[in-house]
Amino acid sequence: MIVYILKRLAIAIPTLLTLIIASFVLMHVAPGGPFTAERAVPPEVLANLNAKYGLDQPLWRQIATYLWNVVAHFDFGPSFTYKDRSVNDIIAQGFPVTLTYGFLSFITAVLVGVSLGVTAAIKRNSWLDYLAVGISIGAQVLPNFVMAPILVLIFTLSLHWLPGGGWSFDDPRFWIMPVIALSTSYMASIARITRSSMLETLSSNHIRTARAKGLPKRKIILRHALKPALLPVISYLGPAFVSMITGSVIVDVYFTTGGIGKSFVDSALNRDYAVMMGITILLGTLTILFNLVVDIIYGWIDPKIRY
Amino acid sequence: MALLDVKDLNVRFETPEGEIHAVNGVSFALEKGEALGIVGESGSGKSQLSFSILGLLAANGKASGSVEFEGREILNLSERELNKIRADRIAMVFQDPMTALNPYMRISDQMAEVLMLHKGLSKRDAVAEAAHMLDLVKIPDAKNRVRLFPHEFSGGMRQRVMIAMALLCKPDVLIADEPTTALDVTVQAQIMDLLGELRRELGMATVLITHDLGVVAGFCERAIVMYGGQVMEQSPVDPLFANPTHPYTRGLLGALPRLDAGNAMTPIRGNPPNMTGAPKGCPFCPRCDFAEEICAQDMPALTQFSEGRARACHRSIETIEEAAA
Repeated sequence: MIVYILKRLAIAIPTLLTLIIASFVLMHVAPGGPFTAERAVPPEVLANLNAKYGLDQPLWRQIATYLWNVVAHFDFGPSFTYKDRSVNDIIAQGFPVTLTYGFLSFITAVLVGVSLGVTAAIKRNSWLDYLAVGISIGAQVLPNFVMAPILVLIFTLSLHWLPGGGWSFDDPRFWIMPVIALSTSYMASIARITRSSMLETLSSNHIRTARAKGLPKRKIILRHALKPALLPVISYLGPAFVSMITGSVIVDVYFTTGGIGKSFVDSALNRDYAVMMGITILLGTLTILFNLVVDIIYGWIDPKIRY
Repeated sequence: MALLDVKDLNVRFETPEGEIHAVNGVSFALEKGEALGIVGESGSGKSQLSFSILGLLAANGKASGSVEFEGREILNLSERELNKIRADRIAMVFQDPMTALNPYMRISDQMAEVLMLHKGLSKRDAVAEAAHMLDLVKIPDAKNRVRLFPHEFSGGMRQRVMIAMALLCKPDVLIADEPTTALDVTVQAQIMDLLGELRRELGMATVLITHDLGVVAGFCERAIVMYGGQVMEQSPVDPLFANPTHPYTRGLLGALPRLDAGNAMTPIRGNPPNMTGAPKGCPFCPRCDFAEEICAQDMPALTQFSEGRARACHRSIETIEEAAA
C-alpha cells in the first residue's frame, strides 16, 4: 500500500512537469501578451517591461527559470497585472476562501445528494422518488449564474437575512449563499448517480441473499447495498472535490467572496502569465492528489482491489 | 399436515411487453424430512416458484394462491413477519455462488449476521459457530478461512459457504435453487453428496430445484416436472424414471445421454414457450408428438392415476406407452 502510494506520487512528478511545460507553451503561443493594451505603449517602455519580467528571453530559458524558482524557492513569481503582489500572495489570500466554501459545498452536496439518491432508489416510483428526481433535475438545469442572483433577490433584498456579498471567516452568514450556489448542481449529479447505482445494486443477487437471511430493509441497505452503490459516486467525487475547493468564478463574482475562482479567470483575460500558471499548477496537483485518494478509497471498499 | 403446503400458486410479472405468467396454478406438499425435486428447463418458472415462497420476487412480481408453512399462511406475509421465517425456518441456497455472496464483506460477517439476528448470539460466538459450520461443509482450515472474502474461494468452495450459511439456523426446510448449475461436474457430485449427508444429519425437508434429472434421481424421493409454469407430472422418483407417463417427461428422459441405449439421444423439438399473456391450452402442445386439437384449447387438469402419482395430459397413458413400444 505504502509502496503503491509512493509509486503514484513519483509518477505525479513527470505528469506535473508535462502540465507546466504544456500550459507555459500554450500560453505563449496564444497571440497577445500581458502588456498588450488598446493604447499602444511606447516600444522602449514595452522593451523595458519585457526585460523586467524576463519575457525577452528565449522560451526554453523562461521555462527553465520558472521551474527553478518553483522547485528551489517555491516562488511562483510576481503578478504581471498587480505590480506589488506575488502569485504566492494571491493564492494565499484567495485559496482559504474557496477552500472554505468549496469544502462546505462538497459536504452539503454529498450529504444531500446521497440521501436523495438512496431515498429515490428505495422508494422507486413513489411520490418520494418523483420528488427526489424532480429536485435533482431542477437543480441540474438551473445554472448557478441564474441561481446566484435569485438567491440574492430572496435572501438579501427581500428577506434581509443574509449579506449580499463579501466574505468573513468568522460569520457563517457570508458562507450560506456561496455554498448553495456552488453545491446545487453537484448535489444533483451525485443524487442521479447514487439513485441509478443503488437501483442496480438492489437488484443484484447478493441483495436477494441478504433478503433471504431475514435482515430488515434498513440493515440490507446500510450493510449490504451502500458500499457497492457508492463506488461510482466516489469516482465522480474525486474530480468534483477538486473543482469545488478551487472555487467558482460565478460565486466569486456574484458574492464578491474574493476567492481564486475569479483570480483564475481574470488572469486568463489579462494574460497574467504568472497567476495563470500558479493556479493551473495548484489545480493539477490537487487533481492528481485526489485521484490517488479516490483509488485508495476504492481499495478500502472493494476487497478485490489490492495494491 | 404437510410441513409446507403450496396450493394453486401463481406468479406474474408486470413488464412493458405485457404480463408474464411465470407460474400457473402449481400445488404440492412437502412432508417433514422429505426431499422433493422440482424439475424443468430454463424458463419453466421453477426458480420464481421458489422465490415466491419466501417473498423474494423482484419488485414487479406478484404471487397469489396459498403457501402454508406448519399450517400458517405465509404467502404475501408482511416483510416483518417473513423475516422471522427466512433463514431461521426456511433457508435458501442460490444458483450462482459467484454473485450470491456479498463480494464486499468477509464470510465471517456475512455468516455471523444470520446468527446474531435469529439466535441473538454475540459476534464472537456467531463467528465461532460460522467456522464450525464451514467445517461441517468440509472447508479445510475453516477457522482461518472464515475471515476471507468470497473472491478468495473457488466456485465450489463458495457454494459450500452458501450451503453452510443456509444451514446456520438448522432450518426445517432448505430450498436449493440449482445449487450445482454454475459448478463443474466433479464439484457437482461433491456438493450433492454433501447436501444429502447434511439433510440426513439435520433431518430437514429439502426442495431441490434443478434441470438435471440425474441429480433428482440420486437425491430426491419425489419429483415434480414443470413446464411453462405448470406441473406436468408428479410422482415418486423411481416410477417416474421407470415409467414416465407424460410426453414432456418422456422427452426429457429421451434427451439424456445414456450408457445402455446406444446413441438413442433424442432432443425435444422446438423451443420453450413465450410466457407473456395468459396461457391457453397445454403449454407443451406445440412441441408434443401426441398433441390433439383439444390440447391447444384446454389445459388438462393434474389428475391422480395411481398411489402418489399424478399427470396433466389429455392423452391416455396407454396411447403414450403404445408409442414407446
